[in-house]
Amino acid sequence: MKIAVGQGSCGIAAGAQKVSDALKKCLEKSGISVGVTGCIGMCWLEPIVDIYDNDNTLHRLVRVSEKDSERIAEAVKTNDFSQVEKLEITDEDNSFLEKQTRIALRNCGIIDPDDINAYVDAGGYSALSKVLNNMSAEDVIEEIKISGLAGRGGAGFPTWFKWNAARQSQGQEKYLICNADEGDPGAFMDRAVIESDPHTLIEGMLIGAFAIGASHAVVYVRAEYPLAIIRLQNAIEQAKKAGFIGENILGSNFSCDFRIKAGAGAFVCGEETALIESLEGNRGMPRLKPPFPAQAGYWHKPSNINNVETFANVAWIISNGGNAFAAMGTPDSKGTKVFALTGKIKRGGLVEIPMGKTLRDVIFDIGGGIRDNKEFKAVQMGGPSGGCIPAHLLDTVIDYKELGKTGAIMGSGGMVVMDESTCMVQMAKFFLDFTAKESCGKCVHCRIGTKRMQEILTRITEGNGKDGDIELLEELCSGIKDGALCGLGQTAPNPVLTTIKYFRNEYEAHINNKKCPAKECRDLLSYEIDSEKCKGCTLCARKCPANAITGQVKSAHIINPSVCIKCGQCAAACKFGAISVK
Amino acid sequence: MSCCNCNDTKIDLSLLDAVLDEYAGIPGSLITILQKAQDIYGYLPTSVIYKVADATSCTPAKVMGVATFYTQFRFKPVGKYLIMLCKGTACHVNGSDTIAKTISEELGITDGETTEDGLFSLSFVACLGCCSLSPVMMINDETYGSLTPAKVKEILDDIRHREVQSI
Ligand SMILES: Cc1cc2nc3c(=O)[nH]c(=O)nc-3n(C[C@H](O)[C@H](O)[C@H](O)COP(=O)(O)O)c2cc1C
Ligand code: FES
Repeated sequence: MKIAVGQGSCGIAAGAQKVSDALKKCLEKSGISVGVTGCIGMCWLEPIVDIYDNDNTLHRLVRVSEKDSERIAEAVKTNDFSQVEKLEITDEDNSFLEKQTRIALRNCGIIDPDDINAYVDAGGYSALSKVLNNMSAEDVIEEIKISGLAGRGGAGFPTWFKWNAARQSQGQEKYLICNADEGDPGAFMDRAVIESDPHTLIEGMLIGAFAIGASHAVVYVRAEYPLAIIRLQNAIEQAKKAGFIGENILGSNFSCDFRIKAGAGAFVCGEETALIESLEGNRGMPRLKPPFPAQAGYWHKPSNINNVETFANVAWIISNGGNAFAAMGTPDSKGTKVFALTGKIKRGGLVEIPMGKTLRDVIFDIGGGIRDNKEFKAVQMGGPSGGCIPAHLLDTVIDYKELGKTGAIMGSGGMVVMDESTCMVQMAKFFLDFTAKESCGKCVHCRIGTKRMQEILTRITEGNGKDGDIELLEELCSGIKDGALCGLGQTAPNPVLTTIKYFRNEYEAHINNKKCPAKECRDLLSYEIDSEKCKGCTLCARKCPANAITGQVKSAHIINPSVCIKCGQCAAACKFGAISVK
Repeated sequence: MSCCNCNDTKIDLSLLDAVLDEYAGIPGSLITILQKAQDIYGYLPTSVIYKVADATSCTPAKVMGVATFYTQFRFKPVGKYLIMLCKGTACHVNGSDTIAKTISEELGITDGETTEDGLFSLSFVACLGCCSLSPVMMINDETYGSLTPAKVKEILDDIRHREVQSI
């Protein structure tokens, strides 16, 4: 009998810790212990309790609450799971996992992240041992080249090429850096990997360090991920004790130290040269390239920076061979990619699939489509650097090139799904608010251009849009693209350009007709009472915080539009569906 | 931020000594030192900025420049309960604006402010990485997901209730 409660940040937020404590209490006397796993990626089912019964059959109990703990404890003690049948995962929900191919996430939610032995038992550190005993640095780089692994942090640059450049760069002291800044709001795969399987990251980084000849490894983790930092720190300590980190690793002449640096909250620090500035204790302002980090990076020494997910694939590639990885995917994009599926989706969580599947496969087949029977409108990919892909492009193949053609990007894998109630102008404004705030201020176009775009989008959503605003936005977009030094500015226009490209009519409705088709822009809404349906119950008038509704009992009420603050409380309160919003 | 140190009189700068002894000599540690200082004082008082500058041989302007660049650093004391409300994409799509409004109505504060009784501070953040439970907020170290206005009121009431009882 083995029990484990999934305790990633999201599981804990859903109450997993409380479930675990309650279970421990119920099982105290039985001598059965309650273990921990990380995040399996089925976030909509949290808290999740996995139980392997006496026949080693898995019972996955979902949406468990504290009050279920006694029943579960009883089932565990008697090995009779009929009493918790209602909690067992349905076949339909289970298909979410069965349809995936997990490489980067292979151990997530399965092993105990705080126990190095669990990782070793799952085959962990055997790739490192293979590298140190049987491979040269060139062999490693060749294997990665065969695999076709490309950077998962956004740009999709071939990993072997960067490693090779850093290897060939002159200099005794070299650094290997992991970018765990995960700034794209809506993406959380890096957090999940670190919280659920930190040794996968450590092993991948050690292999990378060996390949480029680095003796120092640093992980830059964003400040908002306290649990990831704790688990990674613990894993580093354990790996040191086991001889995987430090001097003469596994008896070889390869030595490498390892440390964590916590970020302090700045999106631009995800950009690799800004990250280096931040590591050096400065304001995180990007540097001019060249020189590239491979020539002059951290402390101006040759450095290589990769994303968490990139490293999470490395040990698997070494163990299984580059060809096994390259066998998956498309001619342009190899292997698998992890996506964080969120927004108005039925089954939100982490999805790892081979490249070459379509957006429809991920959103509808795996994610179950849109919540509350609404219509799919668009999916946002690539965060502030990406764009919104509309319904008619749902059959786009997941591949760096194909996604790029839509105007969005693969990015780090955030997929925020939107339905008919999301206003695309608001969406564009949301991202411009973000980039205007996060621009480091170094380049004038980015600093001031994003601000001007933000102002224009704000006035459009407030009903003050002018003829020519769309063209002005487009002009600013091209100016910023050309005038910015780093990826932040160069890609900041993408959310605006893609929404104008695919949803121009929505912009026009805001500007010309002063209407928001998605009914999200408050200033453009008008509430009306249908005198046929209104029964004169007075409920709306009593609810209205602005006293904008008048009328006699049992006769139709009316809303005074000049007083109405469009809070929507009347429409929510009306029992007769008499209040409509236009 | 104040321009003099007169509001800093109660700050015990000796608490910083251990941090400075450990990190001041290591190049590139400025951000780490500021993080540890904020852990001690809850924010970065002006006198702390000067002391860190002194110990790291930086100008106070450089220290201040770094501190103001990063959203994590604060220059005013925060309330006992720091509410970090996510304004990331997933939370935006699932209605974080309504949640922000509810918190503001309940507490009378908005982003960057603290209630008069010093109990709550509100801070908007970009993403807490729990996007599939959006909208999400964190109060001190605890994360709350799938928020609705009613749920937020309940959470805040609970905290206020606990505080009243502990007096
Ligand atoms: C504004 C900006 C933000 C970025 N944020 C991240 C990030 O949060 N995580 C990440 O891995 N890469 C981020 N990148 C990409 C990095 O600059 C870099 O390309 C990447 O870390 C390289 O690793 P990879 O080759 O494994 O993808 C960002 C780039 C830009 C321009
Ligand atoms: S967008 Fe809110 S937690 Fe990620």
